[in-house]
Amino acid sequence: MSIPVLAMTASDFSSAQEVRWCPGCGDYSILSQLKQALASFGVRRENIVFVSGVGCAARMPHYINTFGFQGSYGRAPALATGVKLANPNLQVWVVMGDGDACSAGLTHLTHALRRNVDLKILLINNEVFGLSRGQQSPTSRVGTCTKTSPDGSVETPLRAVSIALAAEATFVARTVDVDVNHMSEIFEKAAMHRGSGFVEIYQNCKIFNDGVFEYATDAVIKTDSIIHLEHGRPILFGKDRNHALRLNGFEPEVVTLGQGITMDDVLIHDERAAEPTLAFLLSRLVGPQFPECLGVFRNVRKPTHQQLLDAAFQQGDPPRSFESLLAGDESWTLA
Amino acid sequence: MPGPTLAIARSTIPRGTPQERAAAVVRFAGDLSDGVLLVGTQFTHACAMLGNAVMTIPDPAAEIRAPAGALAGVTAFQCHFAGHAIHTPGDRLDLLVALNPSALRTHIGDLSPAGLLIVDADRFVPDEWAKAGYIADPLQDAALQAFRVLAVPISQLNRDAVARVNLISTEVERCKSFFVLGLSYWLFDRPPEPTFRWIRETYNKNPGLVEAHTRAFKAGWHHAETLGPEFQSRVSQRFLKSGKHRMINGATALALGFLAAARQSGLPMVYAGFPVAPASELLHLFTEWKQENIQVIQAEDDLAAANIALGAAFGGSLGVTATTGTGAALQADTLALAAMSELPMVAVHVQRAGPSLGMPTRTEQADLLQAFYGRNGECPVVVLAQSSPVDGFRIAIEAVRLAVTRMTPVVVLADTYLMSASEAWHVPSSSELPMVLAKQTKADPEHPLLPYSRDEHLARPWAIPGRAGLEHRTGGMEKEANTGAVSYDPANHEAMVALRARKIAKIAEKLPPLVVHGPKSGDVLIVAWGSVCGAAHDAAERCRAAGLSVANVRLTHLSPLPADLIGVLRKYRRVLVPELNAGQLSKILRAEYLIDIASLNKVQGKPFLVSEIEAKVRDLLQAPG
Ligand SMILES: Cc1ncc(C[n+]2csc(CCOP(=O)(O)OP(=O)(O)O)c2C)c(N)n1
Ligand code: SF4
Ligand SMILES: [Mg+2]
Repeated sequence: MSIPVLAMTASDFSSAQEVRWCPGCGDYSILSQLKQALASFGVRRENIVFVSGVGCAARMPHYINTFGFQGSYGRAPALATGVKLANPNLQVWVVMGDGDACSAGLTHLTHALRRNVDLKILLINNEVFGLSRGQQSPTSRVGTCTKTSPDGSVETPLRAVSIALAAEATFVARTVDVDVNHMSEIFEKAAMHRGSGFVEIYQNCKIFNDGVFEYATDAVIKTDSIIHLEHGRPILFGKDRNHALRLNGFEPEVVTLGQGITMDDVLIHDERAAEPTLAFLLSRLVGPQFPECLGVFRNVRKPTHQQLLDAAFQQGDPPRSFESLLAGDESWTLA
Repeated sequence: MPGPTLAIARSTIPRGTPQERAAAVVRFAGDLSDGVLLVGTQFTHACAMLGNAVMTIPDPAAEIRAPAGALAGVTAFQCHFAGHAIHTPGDRLDLLVALNPSALRTHIGDLSPAGLLIVDADRFVPDEWAKAGYIADPLQDAALQAFRVLAVPISQLNRDAVARVNLISTEVERCKSFFVLGLSYWLFDRPPEPTFRWIRETYNKNPGLVEAHTRAFKAGWHHAETLGPEFQSRVSQRFLKSGKHRMINGATALALGFLAAARQSGLPMVYAGFPVAPASELLHLFTEWKQENIQVIQAEDDLAAANIALGAAFGGSLGVTATTGTGAALQADTLALAAMSELPMVAVHVQRAGPSLGMPTRTEQADLLQAFYGRNGECPVVVLAQSSPVDGFRIAIEAVRLAVTRMTPVVVLADTYLMSASEAWHVPSSSELPMVLAKQTKADPEHPLLPYSRDEHLARPWAIPGRAGLEHRTGGMEKEANTGAVSYDPANHEAMVALRARKIAKIAEKLPPLVVHGPKSGDVLIVAWGSVCGAAHDAAERCRAAGLSVANVRLTHLSPLPADLIGVLRKYRRVLVPELNAGQLSKILRAEYLIDIASLNKVQGKPFLVSEIEAKVRDLLQAPG
């Protein structure tokens, strides 16, 4: 069991490894917020494991003074599932880049989510392959110029939150690297969640995709281009909070309050809805036509993988003794 | 309804003394619905309970649900029984029971010239020949003249035997296998009582079925009696020691070995598998056995399975996975990661005929070089090979022992043939099992953990999460010696490559001496590994019985090779390595020891016959030099 300890600080979670990201990389802010958050949870360092794959983002475990395991490109969710099966009492975090998670690792990611393994999965999305030096990613938006898409990417991007929801994730949120308060709030919620928690973090890759999330980070622009989801509250945005989202049939549309539009028309966010239909719809909103949502898309309680395994274990016949398995069902004795 | 009488009625037909024989090989072939697997296992039990040595191999149909009588639906079960040690299911058949023309066509080629063929005459009708591709009655074929052939109207005699019991037609058909059993039991003078008991226990809720099966059996027995004593033979010599026995196949032996290793090490185990025959058998067994200390998961693919096992090893459990064919190639990446992070996981790679999907139900040994070298970088791991069905138990325990004491991934090579071949196993008592000493590092505030420091085996500490003070990071990147920090230092990398290699090589120093069967020096040494060990051993025995100077040794530690191997190899004029591949161990031995190796290779998806290896040895002996 995790025993709370008092008075831990972010620096207690710093490892001796020198941090090596490019100056201005959004990963610094994520690391620092993560350590702050860890210090506040009161979970002892030895009960925390960080698992990752390969990429700039995936270096995270090396910089955090807990247990850490950097595996192969894309495979972290499977590794982490093993850690959790070995010791269900650990708090296990998985850190993945968008390439790591959405190209090689998509299978493992979706299966960890659907099983509801009690993992906290952070997908650090810069919409580009960073460490491998700037190629297009499955999350790169159309038109992104990279080494492998010099004239702009032509492929339809995957939307990480939509995928997580389709994979039956029980906790799905999105935050952004520069909004430290929001990040720590989301980290805390993910940590409190029992089951697989999935957090997409918009992260700026200073070198290969700089400014791609400006609409979500620039103080002036973001008020009109970002929705902060709040459970049970109408979905409003804009400097004067007079823009809103409403449904027209199955289509979402942006409306402005007044001129015949009242609060009754506005969609209410429900992160606890049993079916993730609304959450999915919100995950489909992308700029510039729509504001994009930050915050918690889905947060429902379902039995964790381990709880389900334990319950299944209790069913049926009790386990047979080792000796009876050795002997099998049809042994005989010779005099 | 009066219960059936258990004893076989005293026959009026004169009984001669059955001809005594040292060993016999029988095969039952037909549709799966003919109950050939049941007949085979019952027959085997009857032999094993008499104390005969037994070894069996099922031959499943090519298709899961082939139409009745089709070639693709032919299922067979072979049993070799003897009064002396045997190590294969037998080369040539002394008895073939072919329950339809397709079974005849598929298996007649294996009948020994002196063998007996029994067919179900009722199934040899034009429609049925056609299914087997015959255009005329195969029983009239001149080729069959070479054998003793008994065309018995098995279907009809069975129907007559159970007519008085009120059964539906599928139940009547199912009794046929017991008619065959009764016939076969008489032919080899096997006591029927254990099978009667089995019938009573199996159908205890249905007296009608008990009676019908018993009647069918007796009808078969009595029919056989009419053949005359010259048809009856027996193996009465006992081979098995006293004590508790069971039949066990290679898959079950491996699985029980892992179970025992978990128990004897006190470690919890995580078994992660992905369905792929025949490795699935382990996944099925662990699931069925559900044990307190074992977590079983069906992963999303073979690569995930390996990663789950490795993650579990990091988390402090015994991480075990098994796969086969292309799955083994997928797991190469994880094995390299395990070698680099120096964590104890075991991957069972069941070899089947490749490359790629190859012939998925057929056996082969062509994944040895992959296990040795099939990873990026300089990446030696421990490679062990199961050498018989029963040996799986010992090998699994050995794999775990090496993994947890040396902090290394271990690949266990099995093969398709070993997974399903069975032999009698003297069930060990749980108290006589070896302990497996796994030492997980204790936190020590006085001495901060150096995660890449070394013990006497050059193993690094197993420092598991949940223990304060042991926090560290590991993974696929090169580590600085001792601290484990990520390092690009050229000299460090070279030193770490050498150290990881030495760690594996050092295992050879502590292995038990090789057991050489036969002369300690002489003309030919047969070196075998994996399932070939059985045929190689029997071939060497035959040569020795013929007065030839032939020894044999089985290799179960392949990487590292035992330190005393080279000394043994040098004691013989010729070294023969028979393998079900194009010469993989031969290549390794030549490279390691710069010695000449004679290879015998077979890549047909089928195991060696003893006679094939024996012939090769005789060739070598005749060759000058
Ligand atoms: C099997 C394998 N294929 C490819 C790579 C090369 N590679 C390293 S990092 C990377 C992309 C990382 O992108 P992302 O996951 O988005 O992380 P970022 O660097 O952007 O944080 C790739 C393709 C690898 N390490 N392993
Ligand atoms: S390449 Fe991009 S993501 Fe990687 S460290 Fe540099 S700025 Fe950060
Ligand atoms: Mg990226």
